[in-house]
Amino acid sequence: MTSPPIDAMPRPSRPAFWRDPAVRGIAYQVLFVAIVVAAGWFLVHNTLVNLGRQNIATGFGFLGREASFAIGESLIAYAPSDTYARAFLVGLVNTLYVAILGIVLATIFGTLIGIARLSRNWLVANLSLVYVETFRNIPLALQLLFWWSLLRAGAPAPRQAWQPLPGFFVSNRGVEFPVPQSNPAHLWMFLAFVVGLAGAVGVSRWAKRRQIATGAQFPSGRVGAGLIVGLPLLVFVAAGAPMALDWPALKGFNFAGGSAVSPEFTALLLGLIIYTASFIAEIVRAGILSVSWGQTEAASALGLKPGLTIRLVVLPQALRVIIPPITSQYLNLTKNSSLAVIIGYPDLVSIANTTMNQTGQAVEGIALIMAVYLAISLTIALAMNLYNRAVALVER
Amino acid sequence: MTDATGETPTGQPIIELRHVDKWYGEFHVLKDINLAVKKGERVVVCGPSGSGKSTVIRCVNRLEEHQRGQIIVAGIELTSDLKNIEAIRREVGMVFQQFNLFPHLTVLENLVLAPVWVRRQPRKEAEETARMYLERVRIPDQADKYPGQLSGGQQQRVAIARSLCMKPEIMLFDEPTSALDPEMIKEVLDVMVELAQDGMTMVCVTHEMGFARTVGDTIVFMDHGEIVERGPPQELFANPKSERTRLFLSQILAH
Amino acid sequence: MTDTTQDLPLPAGRPPPVAAGPVAWVRANLFGGIASTILTLAAASLLAVAIPPVIRWALIDAVWRADSGRACRGDGACWAFIGEKLRFILFGRFPYAEQWRPLLVVVVFIGLLLASCDRRLSGRRLILLWLAGLAVVGMLMWGGILGMSYVPTDLWNGLPLTLILAVVGMAFAFPLAILLALGRRSQLPAMRAICVAYIELIRGVPLITVLFMASVMLPLFLPTGMTIDKLLRAQVAFILFAAAYLAEVVRGGLQAIPKGQIEAADALGLSYSQRTRLIVLPQALALVIPPLVNTFIGTFKDTSLVIVIGLFDLLGTANAALTDANWRGFYAEAYVFVAAIYFTFCFFMSRYSQMLEREFNRGRRR
Repeated sequence: MTSPPIDAMPRPSRPAFWRDPAVRGIAYQVLFVAIVVAAGWFLVHNTLVNLGRQNIATGFGFLGREASFAIGESLIAYAPSDTYARAFLVGLVNTLYVAILGIVLATIFGTLIGIARLSRNWLVANLSLVYVETFRNIPLALQLLFWWSLLRAGAPAPRQAWQPLPGFFVSNRGVEFPVPQSNPAHLWMFLAFVVGLAGAVGVSRWAKRRQIATGAQFPSGRVGAGLIVGLPLLVFVAAGAPMALDWPALKGFNFAGGSAVSPEFTALLLGLIIYTASFIAEIVRAGILSVSWGQTEAASALGLKPGLTIRLVVLPQALRVIIPPITSQYLNLTKNSSLAVIIGYPDLVSIANTTMNQTGQAVEGIALIMAVYLAISLTIALAMNLYNRAVALVER
Repeated sequence: MTDATGETPTGQPIIELRHVDKWYGEFHVLKDINLAVKKGERVVVCGPSGSGKSTVIRCVNRLEEHQRGQIIVAGIELTSDLKNIEAIRREVGMVFQQFNLFPHLTVLENLVLAPVWVRRQPRKEAEETARMYLERVRIPDQADKYPGQLSGGQQQRVAIARSLCMKPEIMLFDEPTSALDPEMIKEVLDVMVELAQDGMTMVCVTHEMGFARTVGDTIVFMDHGEIVERGPPQELFANPKSERTRLFLSQILAH
Repeated sequence: MTDTTQDLPLPAGRPPPVAAGPVAWVRANLFGGIASTILTLAAASLLAVAIPPVIRWALIDAVWRADSGRACRGDGACWAFIGEKLRFILFGRFPYAEQWRPLLVVVVFIGLLLASCDRRLSGRRLILLWLAGLAVVGMLMWGGILGMSYVPTDLWNGLPLTLILAVVGMAFAFPLAILLALGRRSQLPAMRAICVAYIELIRGVPLITVLFMASVMLPLFLPTGMTIDKLLRAQVAFILFAAAYLAEVVRGGLQAIPKGQIEAADALGLSYSQRTRLIVLPQALALVIPPLVNTFIGTFKDTSLVIVIGLFDLLGTANAALTDANWRGFYAEAYVFVAAIYFTFCFFMSRYSQMLEREFNRGRRR
């Protein structure tokens, strides 16, 4: 006996609309959105009324007005007669400067400490453990204040500045250091560096092709490094080794010549690096430990030397585990740079704060800060997602 | 037990362990091990867990260090000398209980990694060898898959092929089927039987007594770190001389 | 190769003398190779250069009693400063005679934290204990009853303020985080979108901006005339901030629940809220206790930021203590002392969370 065709079979009856899960779902959502919108409208209405009462303007027009406050240090040109928008830009550049430097140095330092944690040398492993536990468990704000006080109050006046190395002066005005005097050879050295970089890439490509074809191995890493360092060095020597430096010298009460970084910048950078490196160390350690010991054993059993084992087997797997949390630490470092306001380094939040105090337009100021940080965060998160998808281990 | 060509394994031992002792801290894990394996011989090591059987074969390719005694592999003495260790590892292949395939590389890349980087073969040559061995272990179409996409039995067969690509003189097996689901054990054992029939010198730690009977020239029974009894499978299984051997066999041959 | 059989087990022998003992340990762990030897020498010389001056400053040359800042100046640390300012650093401007109250509050908090480590307490009892504890804390700090004088919230300073901000912040953030996590995993797109937007917005911006936002904008949000307590603004900021991070932690736990649990609950006929309340949440929350503790440690450290909105937590009072004209310049002593307090709390909490993680992994690796 054959069953009747599908069309002829009775349809399952739809429940009454108040019990239909689809209808209920929509109803809940409508209700939820309505509540959120109503709450939002209530808050916005109150805000506008309150602002009006205090005679505070709204809108972003203030950005075009003259800022009339000085900024302690800036990578781009700025004068108090510039607009608020320009001041914000200075803050943004300062933030990015500290963040990028901090990320690079914290990564290097943190990776070294993470590897040190895994060392078989008892002293090294435990020293790095003490480092990690100490700096992870103390608030960053406290660490920043400590370094800043040390560099400001603890350092002597310029006349009695410490001189750890010839030409380097540490005083309560900051750290002065000599810079090479501008010389045409520098341009050629930079060009040589670029050529060296291209050469290193080219050599490594050629070596790889050669290995695939003939099996012969070539030390492309060392040769590449030699090119990157050696070519500029060659140009330097050929140009007569211009060693002229602009030395900072005491003139009156302060230094002239050379270059300097303020105690605020130094304290912020130092604090951020030391703090973030302790977290990065743990991430690197966990990543290396995540690669099972059997992988190293299998590679050794096949005859691979330790250096190759790490490069071809352990590191690729460890990086997959390390990169996501380390990206999160980079984000944290960038957000933590906002603590600059505590020690007076003119980052974005600091400058926005001054602006808000002067114009009274707190809402717009906060919105601007949040928008900028949100943009940075989302960019990094997006990049990280792309990386994750590209290197994901393929499984069933 | 003679192999397919009717020859019995003869000649100088290709693996020799003389009075080998090993300690983990204070724990005496290998006690006065004396073992000689001839070229072409198939040795099956069995025993209860904790008897040291895995430790013995892991000492042969220096995944573990012995504290006393001598280990000589293919005429090279195994010491802390890195050159010796590397030379020995080139001639000794190892198959692990947990497969230990490299998950971030395809099957083919897993197989050519060592020939390219250790034996410095051109990639094309290495790939040809790899594909040949993949055929031998009967999974030629999986070359471009990743280990995570294969079943346990397939992964172990890839692991065997990976070791074979280095053309070793000796193959060590550390409980190769213990981590497999029952229906996949046979496919791996079949590959190992074929390998034995082709004359490969094998030292195999396993609980698979059927395999031991089919392929083994010598069964070595270990318990508490020492070799208790050894002999051809028919003799050992039928008439174990030691009480401890009898006890162990009764436990695992029951089903 | 002989065919001997062994019937009696061989006696275990002693390892060769070099393999064990303190000399062997030193050789293996400190001088195991050329690289290791170099590292040991480098590290040892680093310690030899760095440690003695610190010990001299902190202990040998230190001044333990002094009447004024001038008397205390010397090469060493001035711990008399800490002695002089101890109650101010710990309790701030809380009325001097009543400072037994914030002291008791700190003791109550420490007691609650220790009690939470004891796993014999069931979840329900623990929550009741915390609620009772918070009620006692509120009573002690505000006063106004049982003969204690009323103390307004802007005199709540120092360590009690740090603990209150962190604990109350986490306590209220927790239910909000659960709702956010469930909302983020909901099938209803509008719900999911709003929850995702909130979580990503808060996680993408620094805590300082959230503090500013709360401090400046909350008064604007309220109808004209209504004021909001400064402490409450900061507290709301911490609750909103912690909720976003906790939501991600809880979401991780929810994702780790095998689908089979939900299917079993559905097969038994449980509704969504019953299934969530009785089956999913208990398991998810048990899974995420270690990252939960880590988030609490983070919040505890983050309370130090209230200094930018004019509240005086433990770091704030330490800073204020440094402005005393009679005792100028002892910042190192003040910061080291406060750092020690933070370190003690955070270190023990993180040890606890590591212990939990280890136990959890041990149980799993059956």
